[in-house]
Amino acid sequence: MRNTKVMNRFDLTSRLIGKLKHEEAVIGGIGNTNFDLWAAGHRPQNFYMLGSMGLAFPIALGVALAQPDRRVFALEGDGSLLMQLGALSTIAALKPKNLVMVVMDNGIYQITGAQPTPAASVADIVAIAIGSGLANSAWAADEEDFERLVDAAMSATEPSLIAVRIDDKPGVGTTRRDPVQIRERFMHGLGVREPL
Amino acid sequence: MAIAEQQTQAPPGSSDRSWHSIVLQSLKRNEISLVPYVPDRVLTPLIKNLHADPFFTTFATAREEEAVGIVSGAWMGGRRGAVLMQTSGFATLANVLASLAVPYQIPLIMFVSERGTLGEFNYGQSLVCRTMRPVLDSLALEHHTITRLDELEFITDRSIKQAVTTQAPVALILNPLLTGGKTFDK
Repeated sequence: MRNTKVMNRFDLTSRLIGKLKHEEAVIGGIGNTNFDLWAAGHRPQNFYMLGSMGLAFPIALGVALAQPDRRVFALEGDGSLLMQLGALSTIAALKPKNLVMVVMDNGIYQITGAQPTPAASVADIVAIAIGSGLANSAWAADEEDFERLVDAAMSATEPSLIAVRIDDKPGVGTTRRDPVQIRERFMHGLGVREPL
Repeated sequence: MAIAEQQTQAPPGSSDRSWHSIVLQSLKRNEISLVPYVPDRVLTPLIKNLHADPFFTTFATAREEEAVGIVSGAWMGGRRGAVLMQTSGFATLANVLASLAVPYQIPLIMFVSERGTLGEFNYGQSLVCRTMRPVLDSLALEHHTITRLDELEFITDRSIKQAVTTQAPVALILNPLLTGGKTFDK
């Protein structure tokens, strides 16, 4: 179904973070997705979810609507996305050009014991996204293609979705689970508030 | 008291004292411009007027928790929002309240059109309604059931300000005594 290279989440996350030069916001979805975002080096513009599985894209949409001049990236796992597929249509209808969605697809719920998702052997996330109205959606064939798609998303005039096949490796770090501090520092990073 | 469907549309800028006009003006006065919703029959006039007012960015979402995620992100980005839903939709929110709104201290403002009481015709609605306040109470979330038009503005305005200043969610439950509710013949 997908003739794409199986890549590594931490490597791809690090490549993405390395490209962010304009204080772009990054929302890390639940579990390994935000563990690797954390491990790639904390930035004040990073937000880490500790629950609310499936809401990385909606949260990122909210940030994008609040700050239309800032690029907003959201990193979400395939299992999480399956919980909130309707969000793809909401985003397609609103067309926020500053929103970039990255789906890390390993076909499994890695953090709970690597059980396959119901979609693993039957569904194509990019086809779902396109069918939901997100025409600017693509599989990254390899790391170089991923970087090319990220570069293109930086100046896209419609929301972008980049899907990557990843291996079954766990995240390489563990996010500090301090929700108030995470939220407050994120707001500082977005210029909404000053520290006390 | 005021039953939305029985009222004629007042022109903008007039002293329309319908419940939905008071809610809309309270949102505006408190600079709440982002209003995602999952629709409800009773909320129809409010939703229609939000769409008609360029001050608001308002749109339907597929699920209530999606709307909660959106306004949470917007709050962190410096823009205020509120979510509209009905009782059965609130029943899907326990997880997002407990893992996002409450622990991250986000002033989530929820308007819940109350189904399941005072003439409900669908047993499932009346059952799910009974889960709403226990869920709110179990998380110690501020909530008010609004039954009187003369109290609506005070409760709404003060509750929004409290949510923002205390960085805590609030649920404003719009009772059929206020809105007229949904009856079998509608």
